[in-house]
Amino acid sequence: MKNIWHILIVDDEEVMCESMAAWLREDGYRVDTAPNGRKAVELAQAADYAIYFIDLKMPGGMDGIDTMMEIRRIRPEASIIIITAYATVDTAIQAMKEGAQEYIVKPCNPQEISLLVSRILKLKKLQRENAILRKKISRQYHHHDLITKNARMEDILSLARDISSLRSTVLIRGASGTGKELVARAIHYSGDRAARPFVTVSCAALTETLLESELFGYEKGAFTGAGAQTRGKFELANGGTIFLDEIGDISPKLQADLLRVLQERCFYRVGGSEEVRVDARVIAATNKDLAQLVAEGKFRDDLYYRLNVIEIRIPPLRERREDIPLLVEHFVEKLAHELGKEVSGISEGAMKLLLDYDWPGNVRELENAIERAIVTCRNGKLQESDFSSLEGSIGRNQPWQVPDLPLAELERQAIVAALERKSGNVKEAAAALGIDRSTLYDKLKRYEIPR
Amino acid sequence: MSALYVVAVGAVPPKPLEWIEAAAAEWFPLPVARLPALRMPERAYDPARGQYHSVEILKAVARAAPANTTRILGVTEVDLAIPVLTFLFGQAQLDGPVAVVSLCRLRQEFYGLPADEALLRERAAKEALHELGHTFGLTHCSDTRCSMSLSTDIALVDAKGGRYCPRCGAHLVRRFAALDGEQS
Repeated sequence: MKNIWHILIVDDEEVMCESMAAWLREDGYRVDTAPNGRKAVELAQAADYAIYFIDLKMPGGMDGIDTMMEIRRIRPEASIIIITAYATVDTAIQAMKEGAQEYIVKPCNPQEISLLVSRILKLKKLQRENAILRKKISRQYHHHDLITKNARMEDILSLARDISSLRSTVLIRGASGTGKELVARAIHYSGDRAARPFVTVSCAALTETLLESELFGYEKGAFTGAGAQTRGKFELANGGTIFLDEIGDISPKLQADLLRVLQERCFYRVGGSEEVRVDARVIAATNKDLAQLVAEGKFRDDLYYRLNVIEIRIPPLRERREDIPLLVEHFVEKLAHELGKEVSGISEGAMKLLLDYDWPGNVRELENAIERAIVTCRNGKLQESDFSSLEGSIGRNQPWQVPDLPLAELERQAIVAALERKSGNVKEAAAALGIDRSTLYDKLKRYEIPR
Repeated sequence: MSALYVVAVGAVPPKPLEWIEAAAAEWFPLPVARLPALRMPERAYDPARGQYHSVEILKAVARAAPANTTRILGVTEVDLAIPVLTFLFGQAQLDGPVAVVSLCRLRQEFYGLPADEALLRERAAKEALHELGHTFGLTHCSDTRCSMSLSTDIALVDAKGGRYCPRCGAHLVRRFAALDGEQS
């Protein structure tokens, strides 16, 4: 997606303003023009431009340098390019000393301007991203990232505050996308461990041996590729909190190891003989029913009771629909900013659609739906049509996209798919395709489909 | 019946005009027609630079547009420029009806090389599609194979393709659908 940057051109000659504006518009920028410094300052007060092109020589009270100084006073971050003729290059250098970012001598090579503009905008983009990331970092430590007015969620938040400074193990349960990690962070960052590390491990993402070395670290030479002693996540979380996501997925061996850490607060690195002591608070999370797994013998009951000292259950989004408008407002503001799009809100119809939807993927699905909608949004307000991918899953069928392939290949794929669906049964596959068995045999031969 | 017009501004040999018309007819679902050549507007010439203001030429082309014009493309042999730039291959009103393309810097002779008709044909078609693309609201494309990618020198004109990329093509198809609506 192309970011629409705003550029202001300030020149007393109309033909100069208009021709340059037209040229920059062809590049996709939004361009305004001003015939004098006063008008330019007025425009700069109303809107922030990414780049200001200012002609050095302008009649009337304000020349290019005066205009530049005035704009820099209002917009200290402004990127200003001074336009000058050969005769006034010395003054342009003066302008650079006063804070212009660049100057161009007209007429200038198209490539030069093009590179200059893209270089400045690249920098602007990095600055903007940097600002967003800073904001993100400072915000993720705050409670208010959990947006809710649902009574059950408010109870959870107050419980999170109450238990934040205890050392007790916490088990957070909830479907995926409900915000288990956010609750874990909220507990960590509102307690007395806030200044210490918060370390996350997703137990489902790794194989048993990888997860083992990830959690406990390893000694040099413990296995092929173990080139140096490496600390595990438990050691990294020392003094702080370790968040074990998807705890229901860990193997019996790791369940035993984990139990020992919880009971004795110490463990061995992989391949190590020296005991390592840690003080890390464990917060575990799962979207599975651990009690059920215990009943089925797939999860150790002693570990379950150790983990389940304090249990928090996060309701799915469909059970707290009153939060949807608040969440929508939050995500629209956050994501529009991140994506650099001007989207100010959501239409009533679209909001109703979001309120009626079941959200199997919970808050994360809502966030993704809004991100997708902002990307496709054309008129500054999210409409029902921007959520068409959701409508599909609500019930309306999405049109099937015919792949761009030769007809014979489409037929071959249809036959293979039918055979796969019918586990290779030719009679059933032929019936499903609406052709008789001999025809299907012919086609299998023609397309050399092995069976 | 609306049409896409091609018009020479000043003397232009017939062949390049035909090439440009053929390229336009291949991509745009509009009748392509030729208007009688226009005289070069006197005020377009900048004696200090020995070049022609493209804005003045655009104005002249716009004045010559018949009432049923959907888009009109001026074609000229003179070297185009605007005050801030040393030269232009062409210029268009973004989302507007008028565009102009110059053959001057598309000719090998401009660079002191022997004439190359096939190369000129390719370049003229690319730049005509590029400027007409602007008149249908396309801005520069980051796909360097697309005709809508920005060429700031002749090497870049040669490097890009003579087609619109799928994304720009899809934009045009949407715009054409809207044109049908306007006409009915």
